[in-house]
Amino acid sequence: MKQKDLILYSSLIILGLVAPYLFSAFKVQLTYLCVLIVLAMTWNLQGGEMGYNTFGNILFYGLGMYLTASVQVGMFFPLAEWTESGGEKTFVHTTAQYFQGIGVGLLVSAIVPAVIAGAIGYAILGLRGHYFAICTLGLGIAAGEIAGGIEIIGAGQGFTTPPFPAEIVDTEARGKFFYFLSFALLVGTFIFVKYIYGSRFRLILNAIRDNEDKAEAMGIQTMKYKIVGWMCSAFFCGLAGGIMGGLIGYIDSTDVAFDGREMGVFMVLMAILGGKGTLWGPVIGATLFHFFKEGLWTLILGWQYVALGVLIVVIVVYFPEGLMGWLREKYPERFGEVIDEKDRKAQVELK
Amino acid sequence: MDFLIFKAPMLMVQASLDGILLGILFALIAYGMALQWGVMNIINIAQGDLVILGGYIAYTIYLWGIHPAWGVIISPIIMFFVGWGLYKLVINKVVDRDLFISILATFGIAIVFQQLMNFIFGADVVVAQSEYGTTMLFDNSVTLPNSKIFSAFISVLYAVALVIYMKKSRLGRAIRATAQNARAAKILGVDTEKVYAATFGINAALCGIAGALISITLTLHPYVGLPYTVRSFMIVIVAGLGNLPAVAVSGMGLGLFEEFADYILGTEFRIGAVFLLLVLILVYRRFKLSKKREYLK
Repeated sequence: MKQKDLILYSSLIILGLVAPYLFSAFKVQLTYLCVLIVLAMTWNLQGGEMGYNTFGNILFYGLGMYLTASVQVGMFFPLAEWTESGGEKTFVHTTAQYFQGIGVGLLVSAIVPAVIAGAIGYAILGLRGHYFAICTLGLGIAAGEIAGGIEIIGAGQGFTTPPFPAEIVDTEARGKFFYFLSFALLVGTFIFVKYIYGSRFRLILNAIRDNEDKAEAMGIQTMKYKIVGWMCSAFFCGLAGGIMGGLIGYIDSTDVAFDGREMGVFMVLMAILGGKGTLWGPVIGATLFHFFKEGLWTLILGWQYVALGVLIVVIVVYFPEGLMGWLREKYPERFGEVIDEKDRKAQVELK
Repeated sequence: MDFLIFKAPMLMVQASLDGILLGILFALIAYGMALQWGVMNIINIAQGDLVILGGYIAYTIYLWGIHPAWGVIISPIIMFFVGWGLYKLVINKVVDRDLFISILATFGIAIVFQQLMNFIFGADVVVAQSEYGTTMLFDNSVTLPNSKIFSAFISVLYAVALVIYMKKSRLGRAIRATAQNARAAKILGVDTEKVYAATFGINAALCGIAGALISITLTLHPYVGLPYTVRSFMIVIVAGLGNLPAVAVSGMGLGLFEEFADYILGTEFRIGAVFLLLVLILVYRRFKLSKKREYLK
């Protein structure tokens, strides 16, 4: 079994490393895929493992996006003049400045959202069930609306992130840079989540999901663990946002950064499609969703949101356990579950 | 930040009147939400989009040359069947499930509605002209469009009619019985499936009325539905389920808050302030309840 795992992981990593050379034309799509998987996996920590279905992780994603770009610009040039119309044409980052900026920016965009998650966690995570869902939905949209009114980060007209340094002649360099950045993030997130899956922390999160009052009665400080769980999500969401901001090159408050209508829903949908509460579910769900989206979007141009809405309804209503849940029902032995034949029969009779 | 409003008392009168009249409209939408939440235990994210759809129905008859005020009669009739169909198509499969499932499913419906409205009616901001004129108060320093007074009047009229209907009619009693205990109602011979469908239809009809009123007092756009959902959710959690006077009062309170936020913070932060208020109200309720070691249910 161990050797099988090793082969699986090493082949996946090799595939990830050669993918941008094999599918050179799809580098941007592959970067998107990595970011989507990261978002789905971190959402799964919240919604799947902890049972706190959030629409608010988009808050950290958007925050990371704005922070990375602001730091990258603000380190070398006045931010206010940059975001005024045409500012990005007056100031030009040198190659060293660009990479220094994005490095520090990503660091900030990981730490600040995590700190903010920790700060508001005590207030927000006291809400349960659907109140939490609606509250985080409000939080994400409020952030978008407020960011759209703040002058220094471009307000309604948007924020152009620093263009990739022109001194690098290789036209493929930009795509490769962002792909490997996002792939590194994906690998880091996967290792982290896999570590959590093997730890006591996951059991605590599951206990909170299954019955929070009982978990508390057993002496678990549920609030502490909930906040830590949320901070982990925020950390990776912020990083993902920072990378996406650099890749897209333009930040709009409601359509790119705090994009609850797309990214915010996508991450929930991907995790549910793959099967929440499993390690591989979100990965598979995100991959399937991305292929489906990219394959279908161009065929049904203009109708894509209708298709998205219908897809949400169909998945949620008919397929709430997701792919992994369905497989688990079908082949329980593969998931290490032992089934007592007598017990199963008795249950069927009861139904 | 702009504190002009505190320097000119007439602006304050203006904002208060606007806020209260607007709040009555919000209360009507919230009443529909409270109804379905109480009876079916469903949180309908598509509530605001039903409102906007109702508004577009009124706008369409306005384009045909009929006065848009007739929308308050035609729109609810059409919307009732839209709601009924929606229930039969999707909602009946999520009634007994986890609330999050209903939130996500109705979120999906909301996206479909937004996009279809965008296709059919275009992405422009539209308004139906009622040509009711304006009333000037206090030496012409406060302007009050008559359409707003009309909309508040119609809202109150429909709300009172609905309360009487719920109290007196057979269906109304069946709905209230199902809200109290669905299982017991079923045993006593109430067709709960029909009651659910009717409840969702009535909710959609209320949204239709509100939408028709919004089409003449405010503006319509395919993507502005979600703020109406959040407003009604907020009013319901402040007022509680099935408490109509409280719904009316908190609706007016929200209207006032919005108008004042508009003047003080600026129009660009208006929607942001509404969503932020939702978060603050929930957090306030959470801390209040956690003192008694309880949580919002």
